[in-house]
Amino acid sequence: MSRRARLILFAVAAVGLAATLGVGLAGLPSFGGQITAYARMLNEAAPRQRHVTDVVSAISFDYRGIDTLFEEFILLAAVTGISVLLRPLSDETRQLPEDKAPARTIPPPSPAVWLLAVFLGSLLALTGLETVTHGQLTPGGGFQGGVVLASAFYVVYLGTNYTTVERYQPNALLEASDGVGASGYVLIGLLGLLAGTAFLSNVVGLGDTGNLISGGTIPLLNLVVGLEVAGGFAILASEFLDQTAVIRTRRR
Amino acid sequence: MSQALIAVALVWAAASGTAVVLTRDPLRQAFTAGFFGLALAFLYLSLQSGDVALSQIVVGAIALPLIVLLSLAKVGKDQE
Repeated sequence: MSRRARLILFAVAAVGLAATLGVGLAGLPSFGGQITAYARMLNEAAPRQRHVTDVVSAISFDYRGIDTLFEEFILLAAVTGISVLLRPLSDETRQLPEDKAPARTIPPPSPAVWLLAVFLGSLLALTGLETVTHGQLTPGGGFQGGVVLASAFYVVYLGTNYTTVERYQPNALLEASDGVGASGYVLIGLLGLLAGTAFLSNVVGLGDTGNLISGGTIPLLNLVVGLEVAGGFAILASEFLDQTAVIRTRRR
Repeated sequence: MSQALIAVALVWAAASGTAVVLTRDPLRQAFTAGFFGLALAFLYLSLQSGDVALSQIVVGAIALPLIVLLSLAKVGKDQE
């Protein structure tokens, strides 16, 4: 196709795209304007029906819980894929991490950095647990809290060295936490079937609105999602760290 | 007041997003991308969606820069 023909084709397509986009954008509600009818209904119904104060959690873990189930499996598949992709290959060896090697080039972290890492690591673990357990009350939940929990491991690496992180990062336990979290979601969903209603229906006692224990299955689902996400992101970080710090191509 | 906040957030997001595109060095791009993630989180917060803002912070400011930095370190080692 000549340059001229390509340009004409592009012009026709661009005009078509601009016209349809323009029509679509003109039909949107005005910026920052009114709340939709569905949102208004859920804002009104969720605290009454599910005894939660964070309506977003009620949507993602109850009304549309099945969507979140599939998102869990997307994350599980992604973590599994990366573990397979980043495994040591037959022409690669594990060497001493660079910060422990005889001719080391990396200086050890200073005491100030170490202190900051200890402080930040414990703060992150606490914030992560808080975010996971308060999903039904305040913004946050299993996913956000799980990543914060996993990031506590990264901070330990920043403040110490590869060997310390490897010692305090039990890989088998992380993999188990990833898998148990993902299957736990399904098991909690099956509770609904056992109770004689639909899969993932909220069959556990709802508790009092605003209390830590409230919302029925919503905090339970947040817990298992937190387990899965914390395990998954910690595995991700350790796989990438392994590749960077100890896995080397064998010299020919 | 909230209109002004949203305007600041939109301008910040546009500016830092442009900065990510204009940064050519991948190592520096990891940092500008982190700031862009922070701008997006601030935008979501100014639009009163705390849940999305938290997710954006953990993914944009923790997970993404970490993975980009570690990958760059690995690629740099292999080229030595």
